[in-house]
Amino acid sequence: MKTLPIADRGYTNTEILVTTDWVAQHKDDPNVRLVESNEDILLYVAGHIPGAIQVDWTTDLNDPINRDYLSAEKFAELMSRIGVTPETTVVFYGDKSNWWAAYALWVFELFGHKNSKLMDGGRAKWESENRELTRDIPKPERTSYPVPVRDDKKIRAFRDQVLDHVKAGRKLVDVRSPLEFTGERLHMEDYPNEGALRGGHIPGAKSVPWARAANPDGTFKTAGELRDIYVDEQGLTPDDDVVVYCRIGERSSHTWFVLQHLLGFPKVRNYDGSWTEWGNSVGVPIEKP
Amino acid sequence: MSDALPPKVQELIEDLKLVEDRNDRLLMLVDFADRFREVPAGIAERPFSEMNHVQRCESEAYVFVEPLDGGRVKFHFAVENPQGISAKAMAVILDETLSGEDPDVVSLVTPDLVYKIFGKELSMGKGQGLMGMIELAKILAKKMKIQRLTQSADDHE
Repeated sequence: MKTLPIADRGYTNTEILVTTDWVAQHKDDPNVRLVESNEDILLYVAGHIPGAIQVDWTTDLNDPINRDYLSAEKFAELMSRIGVTPETTVVFYGDKSNWWAAYALWVFELFGHKNSKLMDGGRAKWESENRELTRDIPKPERTSYPVPVRDDKKIRAFRDQVLDHVKAGRKLVDVRSPLEFTGERLHMEDYPNEGALRGGHIPGAKSVPWARAANPDGTFKTAGELRDIYVDEQGLTPDDDVVVYCRIGERSSHTWFVLQHLLGFPKVRNYDGSWTEWGNSVGVPIEKP
Repeated sequence: MSDALPPKVQELIEDLKLVEDRNDRLLMLVDFADRFREVPAGIAERPFSEMNHVQRCESEAYVFVEPLDGGRVKFHFAVENPQGISAKAMAVILDETLSGEDPDVVSLVTPDLVYKIFGKELSMGKGQGLMGMIELAKILAKKMKIQRLTQSADDHE
């Protein structure tokens, strides 16, 4: 399959995505930090792009006790450990069509790190092109990263805000599988511990499984193809206030990235409590088809 | 219920306990994956049977069992997803710790072995697939034993 060059795909922000070629050319650039984020904990150790460092979604990005992301102090420490300054361009990539990489990028953006990009096609594309992988783990020189202020208002939504959002009749996108959306399945297939007591979806949500935004090789579809799905088919418009959700907020980070960065919707928030919170909450409204 | 485990499985768990650094533990698991060898053609060929297919495994893993002398069994595996490195590590671990054992010994392994080996940071989806490999290995070994007992009974009639 021939994919169009990123610059020709019509995205609002063409700078946010980079190709495997770009990464190959910039992997030794001291102003660029490659970050791999995977679901499979062995992939990075088994081989990664030379110079790439791992940011693990469980151990690095989440608080180990409270259901929340790491604190601003811990984020500054993480950035220092991986050799990143506020000026460093961080390029994320990972397994599963960049599902976890998009999640990491979203968390970085919560803390206001502006210079982030995704490598289009993720790890699978790099490997399919038989590009170099190494097991050498880089030890970057520690940097000084000021403790940021985490902004939970702009791109993150909480349960009560989503309740208000529903009451106001605003747009929601449910990126889970169709069976989760209809409520036939109380958890994503193979993820029984991330289930809920009630099945269905948040009232008014549109069902657009996250993977519809990706081509079979993991690259993103063109802006035209994405607009066919989200605008023409689902009726979203760029001036909509949109909340996206899934099960714990990771698959919906991929859709958040598409709507916010590739299609340029200015107000898209990821509800990371998602169905594991909503489907277990007492008294919240649920819709079933 | 007994907590007894097959001896080589117990040995592996003890060895892993000595590896405190998470990265060293992951490297050890990658070493297992590096030793992965696909099921030989004499045992199974594509398209593999659905009865050998591990349900819930996104790495498209298959488990096969070969009869050995004395009622013992040997395990073989195929992992169709080239990124299925955890599945490959699990396959080698099961082969190296359970092949050569009697199905009754194999049955002592419980699916939570996955978390003892890979750690609790394993994602739910990954954990389910790897646990599915253990469950299928146990089922196929048990079937092999029943088959042999039935055969043996028929031979004596």
